Amino acid sequence: MSTTAIHIENLSKQYRGADFVAVQNLSLTIQSGEIFGLLGPNGAGKTTLLSMLCGIIRPTSGKFSINGYTYEQSPVQLKQSLGVVPQDFALYPSLTARENLLYFGSMYGLKGRKLEQEVIASLDALGLATFMDKRVETFSGGMKRRVNLLAGVLHRPKVLFLDEPTVGVDVHSKNAIMEYLKALHFQGTTIVYTSHHLSEAQAFCTRVGIMESGRLWKEGTPEQLIAEEEKAQTLEDVFIEITGKGLRDV
Amino acid sequence: MFKLRRSVQKELLLLFRDVGGIVILFVMPLILLLAVTMVQKGSFDSILGGKVSVLLVDHDRESISQRIQEYFRADENLELLMELDGKPISEELAQELVRQGTYQLAVILPEHLSRDLNTHVQQNVDKIMSEFDFSGDTTLVATETKPIEPKEIKLYFDPAAHASFKTAIKMSIDKLVSNIESKTIYSTFQEELGEDMDIELGEQQFISYKEVGRDGEHAEESLPDAVQHNVPAWTLFAIFFIVVPLSINIVKEKAQGTMLRIETSPTSYALFLMGKTVTYLLISLIQFYLMLLVGIFVFPYIGLHSFQVGNSFGLLSVIALFSGLAAVGLGILIGTIASTQEQSAPFGATLTVVLAAVGGVWVPVFIMPPVMQQLSALSPMNWGLGAFYKVLLRGGGLVDILPEIILLILCFLLTLTVAILYDKKKRTV
Repeated sequence: MSTTAIHIENLSKQYRGADFVAVQNLSLTIQSGEIFGLLGPNGAGKTTLLSMLCGIIRPTSGKFSINGYTYEQSPVQLKQSLGVVPQDFALYPSLTARENLLYFGSMYGLKGRKLEQEVIASLDALGLATFMDKRVETFSGGMKRRVNLLAGVLHRPKVLFLDEPTVGVDVHSKNAIMEYLKALHFQGTTIVYTSHHLSEAQAFCTRVGIMESGRLWKEGTPEQLIAEEEKAQTLEDVFIEITGKGLRDV
Repeated sequence: MFKLRRSVQKELLLLFRDVGGIVILFVMPLILLLAVTMVQKGSFDSILGGKVSVLLVDHDRESISQRIQEYFRADENLELLMELDGKPISEELAQELVRQGTYQLAVILPEHLSRDLNTHVQQNVDKIMSEFDFSGDTTLVATETKPIEPKEIKLYFDPAAHASFKTAIKMSIDKLVSNIESKTIYSTFQEELGEDMDIELGEQQFISYKEVGRDGEHAEESLPDAVQHNVPAWTLFAIFFIVVPLSINIVKEKAQGTMLRIETSPTSYALFLMGKTVTYLLISLIQFYLMLLVGIFVFPYIGLHSFQVGNSFGLLSVIALFSGLAAVGLGILIGTIASTQEQSAPFGATLTVVLAAVGGVWVPVFIMPPVMQQLSALSPMNWGLGAFYKVLLRGGGLVDILPEIILLILCFLLTLTVAILYDKKKRTV
């Protein structure tokens, strides 16, 4: 029986001094074990929504819970059950891959031999075992992207937020990352994923939501959304139909 | 606890892999200490003990000239020059050489200085003696005499000469001239009252002074020379300069996204800051001990006095520790508020320099204008420096420095609290 991983009710965010609402009355429920693709053009409100769910900024109104926890009541438990993989390489360049992971792992309460073993096993799983003692600043973009992913999942979170995890990487790194994410999903991790690679999202996600102007316009399985649009063959067709063809410069 | 340990380990790794950062943190303060102390040694010596060349233009060539020459030659800090290239110095040449800064001082003795002083004194003595009617002595009858014009000894100072050097020289010459005048008066009276009088007049000054130190002994040994002043002062300056790398470190964490990882983890911002506090406190103590070692062991090899710690090593360490804590608090606050390195670095550096200037690192607080003296009480560097002086110069103990230590702790707590509150507030944007 599936349980609710994320429950959002009428969530809104208007930044102080801004003349627009970044996220408007958004309601959404994501079940445990889902891979939910949060799609939308630049400025649609995806990052603001993720920032609120990650506890970086506070909503203007509305409420949400993750794994049954709220930031008001159980912030530590909530954060312990979350994994966050930002789009930028959020790593210390002058530390080695192992040192980075040991540090970030320990910030989630991992320690001792268990932490050491987890770090080595994770690096090995993403083909980085031979580079574990090299400084991250010497890594290629693809290698950094893989370490960036590992730093967010080392503590085996129940819910994982991924912000464009494959942007700017070569095919090999991209495949390694996607396979690793599928393995995590198989182990029961709920994944919330944003990407501009719509074909990747179509293949990877069990359900997607399309945001535009701070609102969630459509949600469902990729197949459902494609079927609902008369002329759509792919998720990209649905996306264009909803958001239009105009450029989005934010 | 293991989170804190891992945070400190991470911070130390980051620091020690940044060679430029290490140089700034450890080597630059030592260079600063050495450079400033050596430069200031010259300045202190010019007042307290260095050799200063004095040009003497002697138009008098009589007894006063002789006394002045004897005085200057007896002072081992002064070198008297009456000739240059084998030729007597003219007033114009002396004036020009001093104006150019080649020499710091020229003394011009006017013509007939000795003769006119003797005449002037003789006239006054005659007037006094005539009041007492020593009958039969024709020399004691007051006669109509032409008044003698007062004489001037001209002093030319290098325009760049330190004000305290000028004051010291003026006071010395004033004292010398008064002494000569007194002696002339005495000897004139002696002559007037009879050549057969065989009175030995004491050569020694009757009233003198003795500066007494805190232990009832001569205070000369405890005077803050350049070394005793600079080691604590510039050590504090170096400790507070930690504000710059620390604030940059925090801004970097925000820019590279590692802060975001901490914010989304179950680790509190306070614990994240404690990791930095412990690390940078450690750095500030290492800085302190390095500068102390240089003051004690390196200074004597470069012609400076050795820094005297005495029995105060423990107390000095306590002051350094809490000064470091206050500096870390300021660094954390600036790093939390600033959003770019372009904001944090110049602001941190400027703030440190201002706090040093106001706090009395460069200029003693007691010679500052009243407003600045009041402001100096707000500088954490002033609290630290005050505590150092209490221990080093006034023989103070832990109880004596407690007010300064409490202020330094409050500074840390206040800045840390504001930083944490600001971080919380920022999330409600």
